Amino acid sequence: MKRRKFLVGSAIGVGVILGSGYLSRKVWRRYLAGVANTIDLPYLKPAPPHLWFEIKANNEIILHCPKVEMGQGAFTGLAQIAADELDVRVDQMQVVHATTDTDNIDEFSTGGSTSISSLWQPLRELAATMREMLKNEAAKQHNLPIKDLSTSEGMIRHGEQQLTYGEIAASVETWTVPKTPPLKDPKSYQWVGKPIPRVDLLEKVTGSPIYGMDAEMPDMLFGAIARPDKVDAELGTVDTAEADKMPGVVKIVQEKDFVGVIAHSYTEAENAKNALNITWKTNRAWQSSDILEMIQVGKGSPQEIQKEGRADRLLDSSSEGLMQAEYSSPIGAHAQLEPNGAVAYVEKDKATVIISTQVVKLTRSEVAKRLGMKKEQVNIIPSFLGGGFGRRLHTPHAAEIAVLSRAVGRPVKCFYNRQEEFQNDTFRPPTHHVLKAKLSDNKEIIALEHHVSSGDVMFGSPLFPGIAEHILGADLGAWRGGMIQYSGIPNHRAVSWRVKLPFATSWWRSLGLLANTFAIESFMDELAHRAGKDPVAFRLAHINDSEAGLRLKAVIQAAAEKAKWGQALEEGHAMGFACSTDVNTPVAQVAEISISNDKIKVHKVTCAIDPGLVINPDQVRAQCEGAIIMGMSAAMFEEMEVVDNSLQPIIYGPYRMAQMRDAPKEIDVVLLENAQTPGAVGEPPLGPIGAAIANAVFALTGQRLRSMPLQPA
Amino acid sequence: MKIECTINGEKRKLETEGSTPLLWVLRDELGLKGTKFGCGKAACGACTVHVNGTAIRSCSYPIQAAQQAEIRTIEGLGNESALHAVQQAWQEEIVPQCGYCQPGFMMAAAALIDRIPDPTDEDIDQNITNICRCGTYYRMRKAIHRAVAIQQHQKETASENSTL
Repeated sequence: MKRRKFLVGSAIGVGVILGSGYLSRKVWRRYLAGVANTIDLPYLKPAPPHLWFEIKANNEIILHCPKVEMGQGAFTGLAQIAADELDVRVDQMQVVHATTDTDNIDEFSTGGSTSISSLWQPLRELAATMREMLKNEAAKQHNLPIKDLSTSEGMIRHGEQQLTYGEIAASVETWTVPKTPPLKDPKSYQWVGKPIPRVDLLEKVTGSPIYGMDAEMPDMLFGAIARPDKVDAELGTVDTAEADKMPGVVKIVQEKDFVGVIAHSYTEAENAKNALNITWKTNRAWQSSDILEMIQVGKGSPQEIQKEGRADRLLDSSSEGLMQAEYSSPIGAHAQLEPNGAVAYVEKDKATVIISTQVVKLTRSEVAKRLGMKKEQVNIIPSFLGGGFGRRLHTPHAAEIAVLSRAVGRPVKCFYNRQEEFQNDTFRPPTHHVLKAKLSDNKEIIALEHHVSSGDVMFGSPLFPGIAEHILGADLGAWRGGMIQYSGIPNHRAVSWRVKLPFATSWWRSLGLLANTFAIESFMDELAHRAGKDPVAFRLAHINDSEAGLRLKAVIQAAAEKAKWGQALEEGHAMGFACSTDVNTPVAQVAEISISNDKIKVHKVTCAIDPGLVINPDQVRAQCEGAIIMGMSAAMFEEMEVVDNSLQPIIYGPYRMAQMRDAPKEIDVVLLENAQTPGAVGEPPLGPIGAAIANAVFALTGQRLRSMPLQPA
Repeated sequence: MKIECTINGEKRKLETEGSTPLLWVLRDELGLKGTKFGCGKAACGACTVHVNGTAIRSCSYPIQAAQQAEIRTIEGLGNESALHAVQQAWQEEIVPQCGYCQPGFMMAAAALIDRIPDPTDEDIDQNITNICRCGTYYRMRKAIHRAVAIQQHQKETASENSTL
């Protein structure tokens, strides 16, 4: 709540900050960074319960879910949470996406690992209130004393008498919403904590048409929008003569900022688009070397995000015994399997868009703005996402496709092809890190400092007002995971260097966590070896006994124990260790690897995570397994280059990603629950994996790999 | 051109441009949306279907090559009341996350265990080359082994029933 208030209600804050001089602004920004590092984004503006729970006469209960299901298991976890307070069985519930017409869409986004944590409190309150509303109605309709009514499994009971929720709801015209009743003791919950199968499982094993790509509308045409094959490119001249003659073309739509064709089929639309003769205006021919030169600690604008003690003075370049190392990570693509697109139908006074989006509200306001309609005239129907990973936190294509539909007065379906999807991705920014430290005589860390240089993540995102840059000074997406979590080090400091790149960089699952943890945790390993200490014991020795510290130590110990850290391994195998804390969820991982023909093989990953209260242990495990493999993929293989102004490669295969042959034979997940409420799960387990693998490479070969993708020589 | 083929056991007569990829005929003309578009270059496997029992990538398979062929898609692999062993195993291992790539993987896995009835991890790693961004490979590998066990059990039950 606080973070959002800071950002949105910024007008007063900015005046104070800008007017109060550089020094205090610096301190204030550092304070904000600290707040942002630990605060979960809450769910805002809950609509009344009966807009969340639709109760059918046949007693089927439909949960209109404001969070989009993108694989993270939100539908399942939220159904479990609701079931316990509503007193229904999960199998009596159907979970569907809330649309803008049902009025309980998310005010912000599905992202940031908050689907469960942000709704834990409000959803239980809504479900409990709905249950009371049903009881009140039953009492009224059947003239029964409310205190004698009990509820379970979608039934209201009074002695021998039973009424279904559906029967009661059927005759309600206007609901009266009472005060929120007290919630049950979570210990009494029947569904929360159970590893029940995902509620969308059957649809997903039978190939049901549930994704944006599968959507259709009657009398639909197909569109194709020309996308540049260069970064930093604007539409120049367009010659449509050839395209006009292509078979199946219905119309070519030329706008100031884009050109699209509409045809009778997907292939006809694609072919006609390819026949467009377009010149793109670009400013210069960017190359990877240009980008590497820009992404350097010391260039761009710095902002201190963490400061304890006097690390800066202890670690100046003349300091005796200074240890310093540099790390880097490349540009990464989202590469989600379902390309972006939508089906839009714009009529005279309303518009409907079916789309895979993580930002229903933003999608609506952008479509409305482009069409010159009121927001209320635009209904956005979110579908299941064929992968989100942050790629769908901005959907400008929705408005473009709406423009195509308006031009022909019929529904139009349009989506990126794969090459366009890669080329026009909003990439994970490349990073450069400088780590400095000094050990004491008894081999403890006296001071540790992390500098990260990164392209933007949050800055420039339409999810946040531009003013956020001035308030925060540092991009909280870029520095995510970049603070020093070793509270036992007396002097520590972190600095984020901002660099504006000539291509779009943005949210990528876990944001800066993967790269920042890779840098910090690799360096911790270097320090442990320099100190002659065991890397696990060395870490534990530098964490104090605060609540966060104890939770972190517990996952470190649990992972080490489960992996039998220190045991003798098969010849040619070695283990590496790393840990991180992301939005209050600590994770520790042990990777066991071997190397043959200069290729790393990850055999086993042990992962201990403490996300607090676990709603569905199976899905937490699934998220850990998936995050580990996605993180491995990014750390070991993936890399985009800038070649003559193009992002390359633009197809799977050349953009090497983890495949079946790369997946570890064993992934062992240990769940700890050292907090009362559920915390983040989707992103935190992506943190340690890169460093855990790199540290294992060092243990095996003595070779320190300081840049991703990890390539042993 | 005119194409005659069998799709999920049903004879079909189609009139379409011969170079149109099978994927788009399945999805947009026949409404079989379980087969997914991922890349259009046979690189990711989201569009995998069976043609005469062999797994192929339908985004790069012109419909004219399917003349007189037996085509099977995820919709024909099994259905809600009678899941294929691979689908059942996928369900029991709770494999899917976002689920988008999963029909392609299930089709590839079904073709694999038809060809190699009890594949080793190595066989699976070599033969299943589709791409999953959610990283469900770990559970998929387990599910493929489980599918073999389910199929084995089904065969045993069937032969017991026939001897009775």
